[in-house]
Amino acid sequence: MAETQKKTIVVTRFDPDRDEAPRQQSYEIPVEPDWKVLDALNYIKDHVDPTLSHRWSCRMAVCGSCGMNVDGSPKLTCKDALSEYGDTVEVTPLANFPVVRDLVVDIEGFMDRFQKVKPFILRAKELSVEAGPTRQSPAELDDFRQFSMCINCMLCYAACPVITNEPDFLGPAAIALGHRYNLDTRDEGQAERNKVFREDGGIFACSYAGECSEVCPKHVDPSGAIQQAKLANVIDWLTGLVLRRGEAR
Amino acid sequence: MVDVVRHDVVIVGGGCAGLRAAIAAVEADPKVSVALVSKVYPMRSHTVSAEGGAAAVPPGAVDDSLEKHAYDTVKGSDFLGDQDVIQYFVQEAPKELTRLEHWGCPWSRNADGSVATRPFGGMQTPRTWYATDKVGFHMLHSLFQHSLRFDRIVRYDEYFVSKLLVEAGQCRGVAALDVRTGQVRAVLGRSVILTTGGAGKVWPFTTNGNIKTGDGMSLAYREGVALKDMEFVQYHPTGLPGTGILITEASRGEGGYLINSEGERFLISRDYGVGTKAELGPRDMISRAIIQEIEAGRGITLPGKIGQYAHLDLRHLGKAKLESRLPFVLELSRTYAGVDPVTQPIPIRPVLHYMMGGVDTNIDGATNIGGLYAAGETACVSLNGANRLGSNSLTECLVFGARAGAHAVRYAKGASAGSEPALLEQTKAEGARLDGIRGRKRGGETLASIRDALNAAMEAGTGVYREQASMQKAVADVAALKRRYEQVSLSDGSKVFNTELTAMLELGNLLDVAETVAVAAVNRKESRGAHACRDFPKRNDGEYLHHSVVSWSESGPRFGTKPVTLGTWVPEERKY
Repeated sequence: MAETQKKTIVVTRFDPDRDEAPRQQSYEIPVEPDWKVLDALNYIKDHVDPTLSHRWSCRMAVCGSCGMNVDGSPKLTCKDALSEYGDTVEVTPLANFPVVRDLVVDIEGFMDRFQKVKPFILRAKELSVEAGPTRQSPAELDDFRQFSMCINCMLCYAACPVITNEPDFLGPAAIALGHRYNLDTRDEGQAERNKVFREDGGIFACSYAGECSEVCPKHVDPSGAIQQAKLANVIDWLTGLVLRRGEAR
Repeated sequence: MVDVVRHDVVIVGGGCAGLRAAIAAVEADPKVSVALVSKVYPMRSHTVSAEGGAAAVPPGAVDDSLEKHAYDTVKGSDFLGDQDVIQYFVQEAPKELTRLEHWGCPWSRNADGSVATRPFGGMQTPRTWYATDKVGFHMLHSLFQHSLRFDRIVRYDEYFVSKLLVEAGQCRGVAALDVRTGQVRAVLGRSVILTTGGAGKVWPFTTNGNIKTGDGMSLAYREGVALKDMEFVQYHPTGLPGTGILITEASRGEGGYLINSEGERFLISRDYGVGTKAELGPRDMISRAIIQEIEAGRGITLPGKIGQYAHLDLRHLGKAKLESRLPFVLELSRTYAGVDPVTQPIPIRPVLHYMMGGVDTNIDGATNIGGLYAAGETACVSLNGANRLGSNSLTECLVFGARAGAHAVRYAKGASAGSEPALLEQTKAEGARLDGIRGRKRGGETLASIRDALNAAMEAGTGVYREQASMQKAVADVAALKRRYEQVSLSDGSKVFNTELTAMLELGNLLDVAETVAVAAVNRKESRGAHACRDFPKRNDGEYLHHSVVSWSESGPRFGTKPVTLGTWVPEERKY
């Protein structure tokens, strides 16, 4: 019979009603070989310290609730194997977000950015149900499908070096989502979204660090989306420039 | 002072049904204001975990008809679905999925650009629309993103509704805990729609996420609305051992096999009533077949895991097809079971997945309390009867979410706002109740101990197969646990994001739901759909062709029955 393995989980604790500043609390707990980091947090919550606050739900890497920094890197904790870490594992709130309590961060700023890119189909004339579904070829679908896979876990914001210096930056997930609709053959809202993209803190604020795509647990490649959007907007702007000059003549 | 916000329609829950109801409500009337109140941000809702698809006869289909979809659903329900509801459902289904297409849902496509469909269990033809194997995820995100177009949908994210505000027989809003601040607010409206999903966390081994705690069912039950057909809980045949994570039925729709320890496709080689449908039989029958295989000694033992399993074999489908049609199955199997379906069979066993029962509503989603509606898994509109067909539930959320939304607006227009002081008084009392629970000291019970005991009692009493004695024991166990629940001591006195408090409220809801499931189960002395009794192995239409209803009372749950609405199809033996 193998001896139960133990690990020390060091967790950031902060309750704004009681604490002046965040503090670290250590829990030594028994762990199972197949556990994810989230399993350790749930064990602490259920059996050691019920006052620990963290968000989670689906435990299958699709609801996007449980993003945290683990040993300094942004991770989806329900997908992140505990066995990948040493005897001591540090879990801190997702970087670049204000902390509400313990491991729970404030995502209202993200929700505002999300809304800003108009992440919905915009058309001059709405389609009628009687007309049936739109036709879209598999290739047309493939153009945007990858960018529709974002689960809004916000690991990319925690990894983004631009956000750290420029808090108004729209950020990887929001831009990828806006771009996803720009690429959809059913949509006619590119002009409106591109206006948002070109504002201060829009796509040109991105310095192409690429960390966002590195940490994405769903391989959305927001960095690729931003570069595509930049190119599309430069072409759009140049075309406009040429046309305006043509008109002036 | 109680903080108050006022709207016309208040929706509790931000998943597929809630979002569709909200959109239907603002589209029904250009002036209506909707509150969308959810304990999680809408994109976290459990709709996100649905995988395989949504059923509707594709517009222009030549080999399919509304009648066929209706018959499949009636038969799948073991003749306990209401046939008027089913007719309406199949007629609206194609329109709803088309709307979602117009709203940006990335449905998978055929080469000619039309929406692709795949076969699903218990359906005669391929009529399940899909977006690879992340259909719930894409539907939820499409709906949520579309809902952002409407500024008259006002969201209250991470607000936990702990009480319905009912005054003079009318539901006029909710008391909601702002989880972030700990403040209880009154969210008032002249009609309320419950769309909080199911209650899989009653059981230990479930596909359901942590948030599936039967909140809407309990809220309604506590105000005197009956919960209907609660004994019918669906065990999905293919969950990953250990975690219960869902491996979609689309795996079998795309051609996967179920295999026992002897390497045999037992659904073909033995008679489990599914006929030539084999792996595409309905879920209740296939779950029973797997349990019987295990009981006959043909289960597979996995090292380090408790219990026995069967294999889902997808290897013959080939890497390319698996990557294009079932990418999520690949990801989940590799991440959570340590197997690669391209080269290895996936260990699976039946897992609690879905509740056919719920808040008793009519076809409009209306309950017996004026202004109170329910839709989606929370509700029992009697679409699914004794067994739901895979891929009907996402469509159900759309069809009946939309209908409830439209009817709630109509009701709100004719209703008075009621006595606001009385509603605020109720809210204040609810705030005081929650203050009393937060960090309270009682006996030696813990949340985890009660939850684990509840899970064990319900697994023993209301599994794939049931017996009178074990069901009776579950009734007694749950009643005892309700008393022990009063002795739970808590540790967290903080007002800010107190998840111990919300877990405590959720556990109370689970206990309510469990009580109704156990009581309804013990009262149905026959086998029908998902309710398989070893003591009463046959369906008994003479005595049990009725819905079960369980109502709350001071002295304990009260059991009753309601007639089933039949129609075109007369009950016959259910064989495939």
